[in-house]
Amino acid sequence: MSNIEGHVRIPSGCAIAAVISKDGKSMTGEKIVDSMKPMHDRSNGLGGGFAAYGIYKDYKDFYALHMFYKDRASRKNCEQFLKERFEIVQSEIIPTRKIPQITDEPIIWRYFVSPLKSVLAALQQDEKEFVAATVMKINAEMEGTYVFSSGKNMGTFKAVGFPEDVGVFYKLDEYEGYMWTAHGRYPTNTPGWWGGAHPFTLLDYSVVHNGEISSYDANRRFIEMFGYKCTLQTDTEVITYIMDYLLRVQNLSLQQAANVIAAPFWSTIDAVSDPEEQKRLKYLRTVFSSLLITGPFSIVLGFNGGLMALNDRLKLRSMVTGQKDDKVFIASEEAAIRVMEPDAENICYPAGGQAVIVKVKDGAF
Amino acid sequence: MVLNVNGLDYKSLNEKIRDVSDKCHITGCCGQRFIGAGMSGKNITIDGVPGNALGAYLNGASITVNANAQDAVGDTMNDGQIVIHGNTGDAAGYAMRGGKIYVKGNAGYRAGIHMKEYKNKVPVMIIGGITGSFLGEYQAGGIIIVLGLDKNDKKIVGNFPCTGMHGGKIFLRGDISGIKFPSNVCVTTADSSDMESVKENLSEFCSLFGFETKDILKSQFSVITPDSKNPYKQMYVAN
Repeated sequence: MSNIEGHVRIPSGCAIAAVISKDGKSMTGEKIVDSMKPMHDRSNGLGGGFAAYGIYKDYKDFYALHMFYKDRASRKNCEQFLKERFEIVQSEIIPTRKIPQITDEPIIWRYFVSPLKSVLAALQQDEKEFVAATVMKINAEMEGTYVFSSGKNMGTFKAVGFPEDVGVFYKLDEYEGYMWTAHGRYPTNTPGWWGGAHPFTLLDYSVVHNGEISSYDANRRFIEMFGYKCTLQTDTEVITYIMDYLLRVQNLSLQQAANVIAAPFWSTIDAVSDPEEQKRLKYLRTVFSSLLITGPFSIVLGFNGGLMALNDRLKLRSMVTGQKDDKVFIASEEAAIRVMEPDAENICYPAGGQAVIVKVKDGAF
Repeated sequence: MVLNVNGLDYKSLNEKIRDVSDKCHITGCCGQRFIGAGMSGKNITIDGVPGNALGAYLNGASITVNANAQDAVGDTMNDGQIVIHGNTGDAAGYAMRGGKIYVKGNAGYRAGIHMKEYKNKVPVMIIGGITGSFLGEYQAGGIIIVLGLDKNDKKIVGNFPCTGMHGGKIFLRGDISGIKFPSNVCVTTADSSDMESVKENLSEFCSLFGFETKDILKSQFSVITPDSKNPYKQMYVAN
């Protein structure tokens, strides 16, 4: 009778990690997969995943759509839908290794696509807007079909399992990218399923998240007014759409977006000595009040050319950063950084709400 | 005895420590949690980064870490000593009720949260550097000393220190201008009897890390204690 929920302690709490080469140098996925091993106990085997940037150099001008399909019929149906909207230059199964740790996999497919010019002209939409809307449509309306990655020259790889096994399953040692992010999941309020594993992505934005946001429904109600649809049964999804909305649609800077979602307390804003800075913080908190994210979170947002790491303003989750030569490392625990780089320097502990923004030098990716 | 724990899980690691009767030197440590949890009478030295909850429920053992430590060092420890020759993560000394934690570098958020004391069991935590926000949150007892050595232009503590503090003492060395304390605490300059207590606690800290006690004591210290005149006044209607 020792396995009754509540009677056993499961010492878990999600794990995140990331590495970026500021020189844009390529790294295989091996190191980031290894980094998750000392944090094994933060996950419980119900989700693991990775985002990799710079991995599709041969198709860098095409959107890479990664798909989960329930069955062959849902794939055929979706392909028909895609053909009417995109030029599909490549369509293939995502290679995986059969390992006992990962079971019940859906059909996992990827397409490299370009929106049809005629369709864009008819809808008067730009490319990104069209791709984002198409992803929303598929995820909300097509039974048994999920787009889980839709950016250019990047891809996410996720599954139900421990992250180190998910990395082996997807053969991440065979991909080379200039930036990787990782997540080990311990689902709290929602089911552990393939679509619910992190990272959550839209276009080239990907989010890995350790925490549990208590403002989820307030955030969801606001963001759904702008055409986003939260369909993946978990809180992190909404963070991805908020970042897409603030950065792509509203054209805010990363720093501004960080000040919106992790806005300082009013008392902290009142204590800011520079009046211009105080005005700026007040403005962002007032205009985007429904996008304040409360509750614990530590996230890494990936995008083409860089990343941003951010904690909630109370810092209810841990985050450590380190550096070595051209590389910057971020993780829930220093041990994970030491696995990637035993001699990492400048170990730092970003404060709550303090955005850590790292970009690849211009043009190097 | 030297134990290489590379790749070992935390359970096996602690079993190995229990099997060693004398001093135990752990090498190749990388993120294993709960090291030394609940142990008495051991002397453990760690090379590498120990995982979260190092020395949780420690009951008299002595632990030295030659690197940084992670979160929740000495969680609910009862007795013994934890010495960190680097920085420590968040929630160091969480609900600590006895023993000593000495950190040479900085501490993260919520250091000393829920620390408590009873009669002659008075926990002591000394941080050589600076600490994050919420230092001594809900502190109910014990002594926290923050020295701010090499802090340069940084504040010695982050935001919201002593929130909900209702027992114990916090000593902060040097300048505390610009730090906002809540209305439930009194902030005063340490007097001679306070300084005696600081001096007594600092001697071991300084000898462990090679600092000169008299140099550290040259600066003024502030002492923060709960305002116990009417502790519920802020919470309920005054009548």
